[in-house]
Amino acid sequence: MSEARKNFLEGARAEVPLLIGVFPFGMIYGALAINAGLSTTAAQLMSSILFAGSSQFVTAQLTHDVTPAAVIILTIAVVNVRHMLYSASLAPHLKDLSIKWKILLSYLLTDEAYAPSIINYEKEGIHTYKHWFLFGAGFSLWFIWQISTAVGILLVGFLTNNDILKAIPLDFALPLTFIAMVVPVLKNRAMIASALSAGLVAVLAFSLPYKLGLILAALTGIIIGTLLEEKKSSGSTL
Amino acid sequence: MNIWLIMIAGGLITFGMRFSLIYLFGRFEVPETMRRALHYVPPAVLSAIIFPELFFQNGSIALTLANTRLIAGLAAILVAWFSKSTLLTIIAGMVVLLLLQLL
Repeated sequence: MSEARKNFLEGARAEVPLLIGVFPFGMIYGALAINAGLSTTAAQLMSSILFAGSSQFVTAQLTHDVTPAAVIILTIAVVNVRHMLYSASLAPHLKDLSIKWKILLSYLLTDEAYAPSIINYEKEGIHTYKHWFLFGAGFSLWFIWQISTAVGILLVGFLTNNDILKAIPLDFALPLTFIAMVVPVLKNRAMIASALSAGLVAVLAFSLPYKLGLILAALTGIIIGTLLEEKKSSGSTL
Repeated sequence: MNIWLIMIAGGLITFGMRFSLIYLFGRFEVPETMRRALHYVPPAVLSAIIFPELFFQNGSIALTLANTRLIAGLAAILVAWFSKSTLLTIIAGMVVLLLLQLL
């Protein structure tokens, strides 16, 4: 098996637990978009044009509420600002790729593709084919997102009157997978402080609109971690 | 028509943000502090996603034993810590959550 193929499959495999949580999420989006009055075509194509779960929910909802286009577009921008952090975080690992690869991988850069990829990159270090890992994770997520959207659109009537789906906590697979990814990274005081401070701020600032709490929390965790690490390294030189 | 304008503009902006630093990174020297700071993006972002999922129940903070997701999440954190296995962590969290929901 070629190295490229091997890395692609590893990325896709790392994505599987996340897909379990994403599938119902995509179905709910599809059903909600139809209920909000979008055409089947628009509801389906939004999943590949925007390809960003929470902003698709927001867009469907705001369109339904007849919000001015400029406000919706601005809201999408704010909800998706966190992707700049992922872009910055992955950038050093992708810097030698061609522009075509950079465009393709940027298009596929979601929360769920970012998480397993950066964890893999920080662990495995630099090697030639590692962008195939992100491609494998990102593509499998993209594929499942399109399929689950279509299923949601088709089953819209069934989904909106069904309580069984709500009783099965499949959505909990997402935080669980993120737990499995983040815990092994917590190897020193700075990492632990970064995670705990970000988590605390995320809870306290959760009521802020447009995922601003998430961005505030992430920035807090990044600053706390960096400061603690600098303190430690400057301390050791004394 | 309006929805298409919204989707295309929103899509372009979203792509632009995803592409921004991946594109710029190779083009200028990145300060050492920023390089170091980027290592904290994964723990910070992932924790910022995880914590509200565990601590909130029906829209408000619930620090009680009745918060099944918090208990299941803590169990998953313990299993992740000792096993370092994604599969075991997810199974443990799911099993604990399902058991607590049955009680």
